[in-house]
Amino acid sequence: MKNDNNKNPDSKKYACHVSHSEPGPGDGGRTGSWRVLRPVIDLDKCIPAKRNKPACFSCWLYCPDGVITKTVPPTIDYEYCKGCEICAEECPADAITMVEETLMIMEEK
Amino acid sequence: MHIIESGNVAAASGVQLSGAQVIAAYPITPQTPLTEKLSELVDAGELNAQYIPVESEHSAMSVCIAASSAGTRAFTATSANGLLYMNEQLHWAAGARLPIVMCVVNRGIGAPWTVWNDHQDAMAQRDTGWIQLFCCDHQQIIDTVIQAFRLAETVRIPVMVCYDGYILSHTYMPFDIPESAAVSRFLPEFAPDWALDPACPANLNTVTLPDIRPNVRGETAPGYMEIRQNLHGDMRRAIDVVADTDAQFAKTFGRGGNPFIEPYRCDDAEYVAVAMGSLSYHLRDVIDVLRQEGLAIGVAGLRLYRPFPNRAVAEALSAKKGVIVFEKAVSYGYEGPLYADIKAALYDCDHRPAVHNYILGLGGREIKTDDLFDSLRTSCGADAPATREPAFVGLKI
Amino acid sequence: MRDDITKIRWHGRGGQGAITAAKIVANAAFSSGYGGVVMAPTFGTERRGAPVLTSLKISKHKIYDLSPIAEPDVVIVLDHLLVEEVDVASGLRPGGLIIINTPRPPEAFAFAGLKVATADVTTLAGKAGLPAGIVNTGIIGAFARAGDLLDMDTLAGAIESEFAGKSPEKNIAAARATYKHTLVGETDEKRQQ
Repeated sequence: MKNDNNKNPDSKKYACHVSHSEPGPGDGGRTGSWRVLRPVIDLDKCIPAKRNKPACFSCWLYCPDGVITKTVPPTIDYEYCKGCEICAEECPADAITMVEETLMIMEEK
Repeated sequence: MHIIESGNVAAASGVQLSGAQVIAAYPITPQTPLTEKLSELVDAGELNAQYIPVESEHSAMSVCIAASSAGTRAFTATSANGLLYMNEQLHWAAGARLPIVMCVVNRGIGAPWTVWNDHQDAMAQRDTGWIQLFCCDHQQIIDTVIQAFRLAETVRIPVMVCYDGYILSHTYMPFDIPESAAVSRFLPEFAPDWALDPACPANLNTVTLPDIRPNVRGETAPGYMEIRQNLHGDMRRAIDVVADTDAQFAKTFGRGGNPFIEPYRCDDAEYVAVAMGSLSYHLRDVIDVLRQEGLAIGVAGLRLYRPFPNRAVAEALSAKKGVIVFEKAVSYGYEGPLYADIKAALYDCDHRPAVHNYILGLGGREIKTDDLFDSLRTSCGADAPATREPAFVGLKI
Repeated sequence: MRDDITKIRWHGRGGQGAITAAKIVANAAFSSGYGGVVMAPTFGTERRGAPVLTSLKISKHKIYDLSPIAEPDVVIVLDHLLVEEVDVASGLRPGGLIIINTPRPPEAFAFAGLKVATADVTTLAGKAGLPAGIVNTGIIGAFARAGDLLDMDTLAGAIESEFAGKSPEKNIAAARATYKHTLVGETDEKRQQ
């Protein structure tokens, strides 16, 4: 919350260091590196993907880190996804599978 | 018997050997494994105590106050904000002259929030009337906990056993677990002169008037001021009891001998670094290198902080050329509290060394050995100033 | 600074048991006459899966400096994926030893000037009957093979003590199997068939 109404210009000299954390990607570092299991969306089962229009979005809603997009289809930002499995747990279509991260990395290499 | 375990387990072992009877504690990083270990020991029948889970540190100290008033050996442990949460009860326990023992696993205080080590928590409570002892390694932790109960029950003043959060609480090193029978000889059962007893009802620590008054037996009951002066006087007398307890411990277990100050290469030193806790040990390696470079320097680890052993400090330091005080706390708006206390202890001496102050390690900021070298070389150099403002070491912005 | 301290830095993930592994080696060292042993884990908020490191210092004399190891003599990596994420060899002195739990051989790693030892602890530990992913005891076998501080029998004894009453046999088996299959890449004579 920024305030441009500060009528006391002297106060700008004080409290130069305070502990604030604002929302945005990466404040906790590259948390995607913590993953042991990676969520993979099966687009043949995913409801918005199958219908090709906005629908469901339970994964976007329940993701505690906000790394899933509310798009058709939903996408997962693997830079920050920690692999908590909540999206897989909540998906009503069982469209999300948790895959061993090591296997995914080896495949990518 | 030697084991390799964490500082928290060393503390728990000390509490177990001391036969604590009531333990009321609330978990807080980095103390948690200590309370967990104690509850495991009680659950396994290896410690015959009542473990009372409470919903806050304030209640933890309240339960200890009640238990101690009822004549049982009471223990708790905490850190940082937990210590502060029980602040009013710390004053209460001391004013009520209850021999409670508490481990304080030193940690910085919020805001901003931190879980890492510094000494601000203990320093912020130095005027509560509690005895404060600082430990440098795991052996000292277990030994000091045992001594703390005997000390507290002798002078009837509660005792805080402080050790560095994470640096000591969560690191592992070998230490000896004293033999149980020997501990029982050193520390007999808690048998206070008086305790809460329904057969002899009394009202403890009631409103106490500014003035003295006659009690129901016609004797003169002390006023608030007498009670306060008595606590202070007993705190001063406790300095000798700390030394005596250490001497008796050394006789029984073969360890000790430095109840106030643990010196390293100080005898022929021109300069002495002073620190409390694990930092005083860390400085030893630095001292050895500086000695090789030709600097006559030593390090003194201060073990007893309250009551402040001013005579021992003056004796150890007044003849030196320079004293360099490293501390993990600051009295905002002034200087390091240990620095101020040391200067005051030297005030009346015929010769006063130059005393410098370095503040470091706050909120767990890594203490780099290079920074220790730089600080000491600056303060012990030929053109080192006689006095200087406290310097913060290890800042990165 | 002191030159009588062997500094071993362990890289693992929260929950992987790096601390237990270091503690086992610490106990083995202490019972072998190394009076100075200090083991310090990463300090702070913990999370399963997060990279953590543990510093283990071993000496015949008491150790006073508890600070994290900046210049290790030995680095042990419990999870080869960490090699991609963390500079595991940071500060490792030239000629120092790095031990990695990986199916790949030492030659597959680009650690110039360092002695590299590898073992597929994950597979070997699994074959020894341990639950999937339990590698902290197996990797001790690699340390026995590639390092020159403590021998396998001493370390096996320490594993046994640590798991007393909790079926230590599988953990010891994992360590011994790893010992046998550790590849050390330095000179041809040291490489095991």
